[in-house]
Amino acid sequence: MAAGLRLEKTHKHPTLLLAGETLVLDLCGGLWLPEHRTLIVSDLHLEKGSSYAARSGQFLPPYDTRETLACLHEAVVRHDPARVVALGDSFHDARGPERMEPGDRAMVAALQAGRDWVWIAGNHDAAVNEGVGGRYAEALTIGSLVLRHEPSPETMPGEIAGHLHPCGKVAMRGRAIRRRCFVTDGTRLVMPAFGAYAGGLNVRDKAIESLFQNGFTAHLLGDGRVFAIGRAQLARD
Amino acid sequence: MAPTGAGKTLAGFLPSLVALSQRGPQKKAAGLHTLYVSPLKALAVDIARNLDAPIAEMALPVRVETRTGDTPAHKRTRQISRPPDILLTTPEQLALLIAHREAAEFFSGLRCVVLDELHALVTSKRGDLLSLALARLHRLSPGLAAIGLSATVREPDELRKYLVPQGPLPAHPTAGTPFRLHEDTANTATGPSAGPLSRAGDEQGEGRALSERGSTAPRGDDVPDPEPSRPSRQSSPAREGWQVGPPMADLVTVAGGAKADLRMLDLGRALPISGHTAWHSMPAIYDLIREHRTTLVFVNTRLQAEYTFQELWRLNEDALPIAIHHGSLDAQQRRRVEAAMAAGQLRAIVCTATLDLGIDWGDVDLVVNVGAPKGASRIMQRIGRANHRMDEPSKAYLVPGNRFEMLECQAALDAVEEAAQDTPDARQGALDVLAQHVLGMACADAFDPLDLYDEIVSAAPYAGLTWETFEQVVDYVATGGYALRAYERFAKILRGPDGLWRVRDARTAQAYRMNVGTIVEAARVKVRLGRTLRGKPGTVLPKSGRVLGEIEDEFAETLTVGDTFLFAGETLRFEGLAEDECLVTRAPAGTDPAIPSYAGAKFPLSTFLAERVRALIADPFAWDRLPKQIGEYLLQQRRRSVLPGERDLLVETFPRGKRYYLTAFPFEGRLAHQTLGMLLTRRLERDGLRPLGFAANDYGIAIWTTRDVSERAALDPDFIGDLFAVDMLGDDLEAWLDESAMMKRTFRQCAVIAGLIERHHPGQKKSGRQVTISTDLIYDVLRKHQPDHLLLRAARQDAATGLLDVRRLGMMLERIQGRIIHRSLDRVSPLSVSVMLEIGRERVYGEGADEILAEAEAELLQEALS
Repeated sequence: MAAGLRLEKTHKHPTLLLAGETLVLDLCGGLWLPEHRTLIVSDLHLEKGSSYAARSGQFLPPYDTRETLACLHEAVVRHDPARVVALGDSFHDARGPERMEPGDRAMVAALQAGRDWVWIAGNHDAAVNEGVGGRYAEALTIGSLVLRHEPSPETMPGEIAGHLHPCGKVAMRGRAIRRRCFVTDGTRLVMPAFGAYAGGLNVRDKAIESLFQNGFTAHLLGDGRVFAIGRAQLARD
Repeated sequence: MAPTGAGKTLAGFLPSLVALSQRGPQKKAAGLHTLYVSPLKALAVDIARNLDAPIAEMALPVRVETRTGDTPAHKRTRQISRPPDILLTTPEQLALLIAHREAAEFFSGLRCVVLDELHALVTSKRGDLLSLALARLHRLSPGLAAIGLSATVREPDELRKYLVPQGPLPAHPTAGTPFRLHEDTANTATGPSAGPLSRAGDEQGEGRALSERGSTAPRGDDVPDPEPSRPSRQSSPAREGWQVGPPMADLVTVAGGAKADLRMLDLGRALPISGHTAWHSMPAIYDLIREHRTTLVFVNTRLQAEYTFQELWRLNEDALPIAIHHGSLDAQQRRRVEAAMAAGQLRAIVCTATLDLGIDWGDVDLVVNVGAPKGASRIMQRIGRANHRMDEPSKAYLVPGNRFEMLECQAALDAVEEAAQDTPDARQGALDVLAQHVLGMACADAFDPLDLYDEIVSAAPYAGLTWETFEQVVDYVATGGYALRAYERFAKILRGPDGLWRVRDARTAQAYRMNVGTIVEAARVKVRLGRTLRGKPGTVLPKSGRVLGEIEDEFAETLTVGDTFLFAGETLRFEGLAEDECLVTRAPAGTDPAIPSYAGAKFPLSTFLAERVRALIADPFAWDRLPKQIGEYLLQQRRRSVLPGERDLLVETFPRGKRYYLTAFPFEGRLAHQTLGMLLTRRLERDGLRPLGFAANDYGIAIWTTRDVSERAALDPDFIGDLFAVDMLGDDLEAWLDESAMMKRTFRQCAVIAGLIERHHPGQKKSGRQVTISTDLIYDVLRKHQPDHLLLRAARQDAATGLLDVRRLGMMLERIQGRIIHRSLDRVSPLSVSVMLEIGRERVYGEGADEILAEAEAELLQEALS
């Protein structure tokens, strides 16, 4: 707590290069491409709360959609993007769009107004999301970057993907801190999940490590800024 | 109420046995006559065994059975269709029984309910759950006699209220219908029984000798239900038509018993200022074990149990059979230890609170309590485990681990001498438990909300429940209780056109049954011994060795490969987590465990003992009764600083190394001190003093800063007083609670108990590390969007007394206003040393996540630069 407030001078939203393109790692978990005025967010999992009620009778607070959209709104206000890309699994399940509250629907429409809005297909919401505006794509190429939901198993320079919900864990002095993170080896990048109820997978899990044969750096979303943590400092679950 | 060892339990059954043996020849199958509820499954089984003997000897026509989580399904079904005369069970199983579709019939002939170890049950949410079940039983079986068996407590009246309805009960639709087949109910259950607390005349025949009947009679079978007036539902808990004082059960007190032979173990040498292991006393404890038949060695935490067990074996030249018993150990291993103990095969058993309750563990002739006693009543109950007979004195030693614990032991000795009790206050019924119960009642039968409300407020812990809150609970059960009405169409309970609420479907009822209970274990992982491959060092074969027990997920989370820790009496090396198991190997002999602790029960010092400790310190004439070294220590403190008066708060500030320290000694227990530490750190941060962290123990706290607090206090005479101002509990507390990890843990428990998160789903296999949604995420979203939600209220109510002990902190702040004694010192005082020694041993609570992440980041930079 003590020194937490004195760290602002370091990079709250650090910048890095991937396939020659500039990426800003936003503390909210989004990725900002200033040269393309594009904001990328991944794994929104909208209506995850209500999916539990529908499937298993567990009534999670139905506010995750508006919470996720509120964070997205902040990022949109901060960057004023010309284009927003939702990198797949935007809805937790195919019926998510129909369960969405009118107020939340209006919020999506307001965010979309005046900008290009692309829903990339995910594994939870492979079909076109009906009635929620925007356009639909399997994948997208921006400059030298390729945007798709699931990372390709083979090395893919310039690929930005989501799907895996990476989390990094730092265990030190009797405490374990677990945070969402970007993972990159300088060639490709996996984005953290953006959704309020989205869980996480430890970056030391095989599914993530196998994508980065030559090691990686995890950029953890801290309270006040993004932290670059080396693989050696990251604990397994 | 009787001291431990007085034979309460069998006395509790006597009226039932008399009644059952006197009933006439059985025309039809009789229903359940007596229900016995115990906090421990093992205790229920134990009692059944003890009952069988006299029943067999006297050839009584009485059938006794147990019903626990281990009872096979076919036997359960049979118990419902053909109930035994006496059924022994646990609160959770009782909750399931009253939620059964046949509950009304099953309990209609119930005459007597016996609640064993009531003093232990009522202090927790299990007690809340049991009180609600009892209210239902009183309604299903008017005229029911409830008997509570309790060790001596501070406020017996609270238990007396707990046993009887605190208001008139509506008639249950099925109670008193032709289901009542039993001849023995006909003559006794009718008509309001007269007179407050009259017992005479009831003693024969119906087993009322210990009947705990209130001054307000439950209505009998044939008395029509008077049209209930419901003004009280307009939110006032005050109820109409009451005579003076709440209804209470009769009280039968068994006096004293032989005085305990209790002493403090005095080694005649200086004790350390800090630490709880009592390592210096181990040889003396070993000698005591040698000199006695069977010794119970009680400790306060699992870590202490592990440590003590290992030390005793290190000394165990005679290879005495010494065993260990605590809640994390594998259940089979625990059963083996218990069996060996009962068979008299053990000379000593090192145990935590898991053996606090009244199972008769054979021939124990000595109790040793290692570490701080923490509470007077608690220590008396532990002592009672030795010579579990009233007429012989129990023999026990208190073994302090440090100088402060010496003070605490002396305070406990004084309290035991005066037979002073410090059992906790009566609980206010928890809302998460109520939510669980409401769903259960819908599973049993359609319910009328007005009747159910009357029934619930008849339970003492819920007597103050307002109608509005009850409505919120029902709304929560139905659709989650959200302002955003998103889940109406998924409702778990539905209100029909007849105004009655019914459970949605069989799946919902099944989910209720699978998740009943209030004990939310921290998520745990199995600890499995792995085998290392000889050819390939560093490779551990998973699933190769046996399971040693379980550790909290949270502790496992903090381990990294190669860490060593004490568990199950051995030093183990952590090899990694594989699926839902924590893989370990045996550390090489002589390895010292590197990880100091894992969470076990940590009891806070009771308010009562804390007061006595403060009084001891304040009164030099009392020091004569203390071991000499402690008096000298206190004298030193007086010379170097000051000794606070009984009601004062001593605050010391001093420099040390490159840092500045502030210490304070409220004596209010670790939990309250941790909360205090968090709040003080916030204030010091705001005042620009740059606090870096703090440490707390049961007696005080130490905070370290980069700027000089003494200097600031010299400039501003009000500074220290303002620092401890009562308004600390306002916005600062709110702000901190919102992000506190302990608050999140508290919330998780409420969410599980109230069924927001289901531990088990129908048709899903059980597994320890299920991929479920994190309650931390839910907490964050909920407090942002609906801060007044029922579950957040429930979590806050828990925080007041639970992990955060906010209520006690509040009482302390009130007490010390205007009574703060501040000393600016040039170096650390003897008193302050004690809490300074906690630094480094404890987590640094003042440290935020970002500091730790920054440190990890720095290591990456280092690597990049080198």
